[in-house]
Amino acid sequence: MASVSYSPESLTSNRRLFWLAAVLGVIMMAPVAWIIGLSFKDNADLMRSTQTVFEAPYTLVNYFNILTSSNVFHWFGNSMIVALGQTAGVLVLSSLAGYGFARLEFPGRKILFVVVLFGLAVPEQAVIIARHQMFNWLSLLNTHIGLILPNLSSAFGVFLMTQFFRAIPKEIDEAAMLDNASNFRIFWKVLLPLTLPAQATLGIFTFLQAWNDYWWPLISATKTEMYTLTIGIASSQTNFAQSEGLGFLGAQAIFASLPVVIVYIFFQRYIVTAVSGGAVK
Amino acid sequence: MALSYRRSRWSNLLFVTPYLVFFFSLLVFPLIWGMWLSLNKVDLFGGERFIGLKNYFRVLSDPVFAQAVKNTVVFVGVSVPVLVLLGLFLALALNKPTRGSAFLRGVFFSSSVLSVTIVTLIWRIVFIPNDGLMSVIFHYFGWHPIGFLSTQGWSLFSVGVATVWWCIGLPMMLLLAALQQIPKDLYEAAALDNASRWRVLTRITIPSIKSTIVMVAIIQIVMQFQLFGQAQLMTNGGPAGSSRPIVMYIYETSFVRWDVGMGAAASQILFFIILVAAMLQYWLTTRKGEK
Repeated sequence: MASVSYSPESLTSNRRLFWLAAVLGVIMMAPVAWIIGLSFKDNADLMRSTQTVFEAPYTLVNYFNILTSSNVFHWFGNSMIVALGQTAGVLVLSSLAGYGFARLEFPGRKILFVVVLFGLAVPEQAVIIARHQMFNWLSLLNTHIGLILPNLSSAFGVFLMTQFFRAIPKEIDEAAMLDNASNFRIFWKVLLPLTLPAQATLGIFTFLQAWNDYWWPLISATKTEMYTLTIGIASSQTNFAQSEGLGFLGAQAIFASLPVVIVYIFFQRYIVTAVSGGAVK
Repeated sequence: MALSYRRSRWSNLLFVTPYLVFFFSLLVFPLIWGMWLSLNKVDLFGGERFIGLKNYFRVLSDPVFAQAVKNTVVFVGVSVPVLVLLGLFLALALNKPTRGSAFLRGVFFSSSVLSVTIVTLIWRIVFIPNDGLMSVIFHYFGWHPIGFLSTQGWSLFSVGVATVWWCIGLPMMLLLAALQQIPKDLYEAAALDNASRWRVLTRITIPSIKSTIVMVAIIQIVMQFQLFGQAQLMTNGGPAGSSRPIVMYIYETSFVRWDVGMGAAASQILFFIILVAAMLQYWLTTRKGEK
């Protein structure tokens, strides 16, 4: 403790803490490295012993099998349709509603917004049973539409977009109003382009949520050909290790996480903002 | 909204109507219908018969539910402190503008973007008896391997390890953001006093981010109370129900045994528990604002 000239950073953290965190980081990544290793091994070798992962030969056969002979590719398509559909829907609905709540006056505006805010506090399990009955009655189980619709009711996007529209200076739309522009024109031409960062954050957040969603697809998509990737991967876990082999399971895990990992690497800042914002509300 | 020419108009409602249609039909309506279902005996083909609070009595007197509540409380009680303390440690260790810190922050947050099925697939492969990474490590040290997922006392623990691994990114990021809000002059004053690192940590850093620590803890309580996928996929609640959480009980009651009314009653009970925690969060965060 000889040095007196600390900066805030050096006070709250020092080298030893950093290296301890680095060791934890290695431990954290060890399971991932293990799975990646297994995915490049022939399943027959792994049947003898998984310790063969530490030595050659390595092979791409598991990845090849995913692309040719399994359902994984089809499930990947379902997940894409559902995740992109949900993302588009949430962006459109939230932008319109966010502008409405932030900028326009209409009867019942305040009370409606409070009701929507209460929607933030409703957890999935409080509505999922009745939703399942509804969708069963409407024959929407085992359809893409049925997988997309429920999360369009999420209040988070509306909340986020309302906050964002409120933060835009009023002078901008006042100038447009002097030109006698309609509300929709102001929304579409003037304000919407300014919300692109919020659109990116909300879009990535929604895509990740949809891609990773588990409970609703589990009960609403019960036919193998309607599985999303998340449910498909879950179904191949039930007949674990015996039939298809650890290498193939590992390759499935890697393949299924590639889209989110790629999105994560390129949009890390947006994701951190979105996920943190989603938690704090 | 003070502009005189910006009058209240019914036509303005058109902007919020598309969302409200989804909101009322797919959130509000199922919420109310779920409450109604919990008061009914519902059979598989949708026949309903009003039975009052009977489903609630059935749930509350079900020993399987009692064990699920106990499992969930134990799980929350252990995993939340670990997540908060580990998150705090990582936030303190990585609160630096260096490339190495940024890289490690990225590493610790990366697992958060994975789906629950990937997380459980990874950890199931790691925990396989004899052939898993854990067994390989245990053999290396000459220890006797444990059947992590198939032994009572270890199964819930193993689910907890996978959960902490999955969820650690968010507490770390929220606490990091709080650390960066601390005014720098507080530290300069401490430097003048020649305060030790430990004193600075306990007298300045921790008190300054106290409200964020509380908020992170409550967010995690609400999230971990909803434990489902990890337990269902890793241990299927076993052995002997020793790792079955409340949400899995709701799932099994409603969608495996198709006792929809009873499942709805159990979900209302959990909703109530979560609502209390969420209100606590609101109360604590607004109280912070008044100070």
